[in-house]
Amino acid sequence: MFTRQARQQRQQRERQADEQAMLACLPRLRRYARALTGAREAADDLVQDTLERAWQKLDSWQRGSPMRPWLFSIMHNLHADARRRASPATVALDEYGEIDQAQAALDPGVLLDLETALQLLPPEQREVLLLVVLEEMRYEEVAVTLGIPTGTVMSRLSRARERLRRVMQGQGESSPGSSLKVVK
Amino acid sequence: MKTPAIPEEDLHAFADGQLPAARASEIAAWLEQDPTQAEAAEQVRDWRWQKRALHAHFDPVLEEALPPRLVAAVLAGASRQEQPRAPAANAARWWRMAAMLLLSMASGVGGWYLHDIGDDGRHARAQAPLVLARQAAVAHAVFSADLRRPVEVGADQEQALVTWLSRRLGASLRAPKLAPLGYDLIGGRLLPGQSGPVAQFMYQDAAGQRLTLYVSHEQVQNRETGFRFAQEGKVNVFYWIDGQFGYALSGGIARTELSRIASSVYEQLSPLTSSPPR
Repeated sequence: MFTRQARQQRQQRERQADEQAMLACLPRLRRYARALTGAREAADDLVQDTLERAWQKLDSWQRGSPMRPWLFSIMHNLHADARRRASPATVALDEYGEIDQAQAALDPGVLLDLETALQLLPPEQREVLLLVVLEEMRYEEVAVTLGIPTGTVMSRLSRARERLRRVMQGQGESSPGSSLKVVK
Repeated sequence: MKTPAIPEEDLHAFADGQLPAARASEIAAWLEQDPTQAEAAEQVRDWRWQKRALHAHFDPVLEEALPPRLVAAVLAGASRQEQPRAPAANAARWWRMAAMLLLSMASGVGGWYLHDIGDDGRHARAQAPLVLARQAAVAHAVFSADLRRPVEVGADQEQALVTWLSRRLGASLRAPKLAPLGYDLIGGRLLPGQSGPVAQFMYQDAAGQRLTLYVSHEQVQNRETGFRFAQEGKVNVFYWIDGQFGYALSGGIARTELSRIASSVYEQLSPLTSSPPR
């Protein structure tokens, strides 16, 4: 009886710690999801799905190891599944309305172009770029999170940066997306 | 000075600060001094600009208040760990689960305990005050730790704050005066509750210790309860129901001190009650 109680108490403490660790990751999960999806509601939906999945498969997390890469990895898998299910990604122009220009510290016009350019990247490249640049993960960490070799991380990163640069200089190849100019 | 071509991978690692220090300073010197590296230097500048722009654009998300549905997803998942059940179908059920979690951690709930999980109606009725305490504790933890924006409206506009919150809750609210007890009102915010908006007033003492008073106007039982005490991690909560109002005072201070302040809040908000609750 005593040991059972002790075990319950330990489990309770662990669960409280898990809860705190997960809450602490929330702001960064939201930032990444926002940049990945380009839309506020869709991003929070993705975060919510990630949290629910995380609890379901808590056993796959090694207690004591950092929780952040594990959560990002779950989010990556969910997002990839959703991409496979969905028809070729389309972003409603309306969703750009969510962008709060007043919050931007730099020239808002430049930033809107950046947002557009980001969404024009293939999702695989966008993921790598965001994990390296926004999340500041090490390349090896990105590789583990996305389940790809480090060499693939490097080639996607290189293509993402180059493509972003070209798109922002107006030299991007014409795709249906690039004609969606944001007018604000 | 003639320098070797820099492998592209190293250039990325340099721009991302992922190179060993010695190699990084070598590359920095080449980029700076060798005109034949001008193109590489230009690339690095571009990439760093991209980085600054991405941070400037997306970092504000880090400062946003957490959507309650996401906080709920964390808590509901936690309680499911303890009580494996079918996946929750709706938010109300999640909150009930979160309440169960709190129950398991609460001490001194004073004779009240969860006795009938099967009967949803009775269960929900018995749970309501505890859900309130749990929500209050979470709201306290989330916002009292927010150094930049703990409140939506500051106490310098106290009248406007109270008027605004009253209008949104559809009830006349008051912010109790706790200055005699050492706590000044610093402001408040509106939060989503179970079925409608709830208000949170925040107080702070000279040392920066914060207390929050969580006020809901969605209690359907229309009854009174005595003071109840709950504990969620380091947060102590005194809560009570008064008609349609539910109140919860949360803080990371000793139970006895919080109890003293809670009594004062109770007396100020229930002027018609001659004696403090049980």
